[in-house]
Amino acid sequence: MAKDTDRAILFDSTLCMACRGCQAACKEWNETDEDFLPSDTTMDGSYENPPNTSIHTWLLIEFNEVDDSDSFRWLFNRRSCMHCTNAGCVLVCPTGALFHHDLGFVSYNKDICTGCGYCVSACPFNVPRLSESTANIFRKQDKCTFCTTAGLDRISQGWQPACVKSCPPRALRSGNWADMVAYGKDRVQTLQGQGHGKAHLYGEKELDGLHVLYVLDDAPEVYRLPSNPEIPAVATIDNEILTPVGLGIFVAGAFGLGINYFVARANAVRETEKEKEKEKEKEQ
Amino acid sequence: MSNHWTDVVNADVILTIGGNPAENHPAVFIHVTRAQLQGAKLIHVDPRFTRTSAKADLYAPMRSGTDISFMSGLIKYVLDDIEANPDNYNLTYIQEYTNASFLVNPDFKGPVELDGLFSDYAGSLNEMDNAKRKYNRTQKLDSWQTIPETWGYQTDANGAPKRDKTLQDPNCVFQIMKRQYDKFTPEMVSRVCGTPPDKFLEVARTFTASGKPGKSGTILYAMGTTQHTYGTQNIRSYVMLQMLLGNIGLAGGGINAMRGESNVQGSTDHCLLYHILPGYLPVFQDVDTSLDAYLTRVTPTTNMPNSLNYWSNRPKYVVSLLKAWYGDAATEGNGFGFDFLPKIEAGKNYSWIPLFEAMHSGTIKGCFCWGQNPAVGGPHSTLERRALHELDWLVVSDLWHTETADFWHRPGVDPSAIKTEVFLLPAANSFEKEGSVTNSGRMAQWRYKAADGPAESREDTWMIDRIMRRLKELYDQEGGPSAESITQLTWDFGDPPNPRTMAKEINGYDLTTGKLLDSFGDLKADGSTTSGNWLYCNSYVEPEKEPDAPIPGNRMSRRDRTPGPFEINMHPNWAWVWPLNRRIIYNRASVDLDGVPWDQDRPVIWWRNEEWVGDVPDGAAPPMNQGGYLPFIMKPDGVGLFYGPGLADGPLPWHYEPWESPIDNPVSKQQLDPAFHIFRPAERADRQQFPIVGTTYRVSEHWLGGQMSRNSPWLNQMMPEPFMEMSEELAAEKGIDNGDYAIVSSTRGDVKMKTVVTKRFRPFEVGGQTVHQIGVVWHWGYVGLSTGDSGNILTPHEGDANTTIPEYKAFLCDVRKA
Repeated sequence: MAKDTDRAILFDSTLCMACRGCQAACKEWNETDEDFLPSDTTMDGSYENPPNTSIHTWLLIEFNEVDDSDSFRWLFNRRSCMHCTNAGCVLVCPTGALFHHDLGFVSYNKDICTGCGYCVSACPFNVPRLSESTANIFRKQDKCTFCTTAGLDRISQGWQPACVKSCPPRALRSGNWADMVAYGKDRVQTLQGQGHGKAHLYGEKELDGLHVLYVLDDAPEVYRLPSNPEIPAVATIDNEILTPVGLGIFVAGAFGLGINYFVARANAVRETEKEKEKEKEKEQ
Repeated sequence: MSNHWTDVVNADVILTIGGNPAENHPAVFIHVTRAQLQGAKLIHVDPRFTRTSAKADLYAPMRSGTDISFMSGLIKYVLDDIEANPDNYNLTYIQEYTNASFLVNPDFKGPVELDGLFSDYAGSLNEMDNAKRKYNRTQKLDSWQTIPETWGYQTDANGAPKRDKTLQDPNCVFQIMKRQYDKFTPEMVSRVCGTPPDKFLEVARTFTASGKPGKSGTILYAMGTTQHTYGTQNIRSYVMLQMLLGNIGLAGGGINAMRGESNVQGSTDHCLLYHILPGYLPVFQDVDTSLDAYLTRVTPTTNMPNSLNYWSNRPKYVVSLLKAWYGDAATEGNGFGFDFLPKIEAGKNYSWIPLFEAMHSGTIKGCFCWGQNPAVGGPHSTLERRALHELDWLVVSDLWHTETADFWHRPGVDPSAIKTEVFLLPAANSFEKEGSVTNSGRMAQWRYKAADGPAESREDTWMIDRIMRRLKELYDQEGGPSAESITQLTWDFGDPPNPRTMAKEINGYDLTTGKLLDSFGDLKADGSTTSGNWLYCNSYVEPEKEPDAPIPGNRMSRRDRTPGPFEINMHPNWAWVWPLNRRIIYNRASVDLDGVPWDQDRPVIWWRNEEWVGDVPDGAAPPMNQGGYLPFIMKPDGVGLFYGPGLADGPLPWHYEPWESPIDNPVSKQQLDPAFHIFRPAERADRQQFPIVGTTYRVSEHWLGGQMSRNSPWLNQMMPEPFMEMSEELAAEKGIDNGDYAIVSSTRGDVKMKTVVTKRFRPFEVGGQTVHQIGVVWHWGYVGLSTGDSGNILTPHEGDANTTIPEYKAFLCDVRKA
């Protein structure tokens, strides 16, 4: 289960007004989308744009028009990595590029990603995206890192993730997992008291606790979320079978490009950061 | 705003009409959200279901341009309910603090009797001759307002308006309102607005619950209200409802205009508009033969007992302004510089539409264009872009190339055929300069320069300073008309000009001591004080008066978060609010005649131990019962006006149809507002040819004329091209699929845009007839990273009867698949 002291984001869909400050702030801070041209999207009949998440768009605000018999609603949802405790992507990642951060969410070391794509099929939320190159050795996965990308790490600075920082109505909050759960439950109780019978907290139990918790006003499916997210069977095949295959790809790639240097460097960076964190903890 | 942003949290109910704060004011929507988190209800009334509607507790659709009918329905609902449930309303407020009790001339006739007109109209029903589209104004209301003869009040021996505080006299304003709005049943509202009667009643019940003493409700509005041929009357109808509910002056109450840009309030305060000087002083006209004559014309008088009539102080502000401008050269002999200045032609309209008409006809030869992009934002874009061809020179100051600066090589235009010489001055943005911005809540906040602008970009003040220095040289050498107005001007802000020096000049000095003034109460009409804008006097004082401010003395620089008296989120030491740091204006209306708050849980001011506690009161005088004065101190008679005889198009709002409308006015034979000037009669759409109602708007992702946002790839990616929205029913009728290109046409031109076919638009059932409405965004143009048609190619060149603000929000068009 997620630990109370883990770090989590809470998204309150009832407060989100879909201004998409978070979507832009994510790109700006994480430098995911520096080079695209204005023509890379078109207006195709929905405010939702780009049409899907990608290596350039880690966070996408979704617009759902819901027409019930008695009322019409426009529901907004935040689509991005859910940072599961029981995380399919971490389970299948052969090189440890996707890993659980000390604070519980799923961080990512791009330098050692082999582009094998296992994470893509292992994710119950369809989040990880691969760059488009057909050659595995050039291909990389990308997704939200909870603002912990090396060199762009907000969390180690004690800052909030960029999306949370940008949110005008404070529909996004971040803090300790337990505090976010408590805040979410409190909101749900208030909403139910105001007649929102279907209001509930999503993510407390799912996959042993998500590090992005949702206050929803209706069933998860209405927000395009699975009611019972499960890791696909393929990812639960013994890790010992999968990992050597993935590593094989990795080794081939490493020889071909001599990127082992980068791997070593990246690992060193990670180690140094971990040591720093430990020192910080000691100081506290 | 009569109140301010952090006050919204005090409201029990928030009515947003003619506005879309979640999309167009997202940073301040947090205050609405906070109120909702505390249990307040948000109501949204709008032609389309927007991101604000998505957050509202209650949404009611309303056809564009029918606010007055909707409000008339609410007013009737309250007037009826007051009789049934008097305890649910604050009758003392209505009797004492408003002109509901005033007796009007018995010869006055209203739109119920005259098919939509009021008495003393110069023309006949549905008059189209501009010369007769007005009311005959022959009677002096006070020293500066002339009104139609039958619109006046009955007066007593002292000349004061007669009142019947029982509100029973058939000629009292209250009874006139009852007669005028009687036909606005929920069914009639539905017939005009297309709002289902049950939805209307739900809005009525929810919002009017704020009328009960101890409750408060606020109205937030924006351009959906103002941009009509009767925009001023739209606002007045909101004000009337708020006064009936006793909501003006209260915490969580008021009538609150949401400004679409961080400093629009500041620019208005400092006389962005042609008819005023800084601090809302009327502009000098050619009929003003001397300063004295001018002061007599513009200084209101009253015979009303207990009225402070605050504008009687106007001469002090005018003379202090002139002293700030002309220093030692301003003497009593030259009217303190009044004689130097050019005057506008009395009765002539110099607002946006006539200015562009004058450019178009070649009368205006040059134009400075600062911080705006008329080629996208102005109405009737084709006309206004064409008007720029007639200029000899055009100066644009901006951060980027804009459609206005680049009009001469826009698509379809031959640059060699255009004579206009265009200068583009690269400007610094708001983070690249120091100064103050004044937000919707009248709050002036000081900001610092964060970085130098790129390359040769300069602050606007630097450009103006250079231009004025050169102008002074030229006028010194060559003379010219009204030369002294330039040559005698004091102009010493340093080089580069120092914003703090300017802010001090705006605050004003006591010339005897040389010290900064503390209050506009100290301003004098004898030339011994200066103030560049009396409203801002008290914003920048001597350092020892405000030693703890980050810039000592500069109250706008304060950043103290303390909630302040009564814990109603006034934050009195956060920045500074005009006037005199008063957070809620007309706050004397928040207390009874003994100075005790109507709402003791959320008091604004309170008379305790012989003094006022709380917000800065509207004047220090004791409560009414102890010899104090009436609360609406800026009105000559001291009361809030249900009945406003000073308006061009009628003393009470009445429903008229937009300039272009799909239907005949369902409530009276008079179709149009009877007093707006018709500029382009030939361009009025035929409703057979153009049967669909159009409106224009903005989206969260783009910013006004688009310079700031269409050059940002991240924003373009989210909203990549202009679009129109329409209902599934209309799309089916026209054979249009979601995401198709379609063409919208009006008599002004065509636009080609992508379509969003959505349930958020629904056809209106209006008087047994189906009326379709579409919406077009207007941010786009032909310059920048994202280009496309502006919705303003469609909008008419007609404006409001009182202000001439263009009617962007309701016009006729047709749609076809591209």
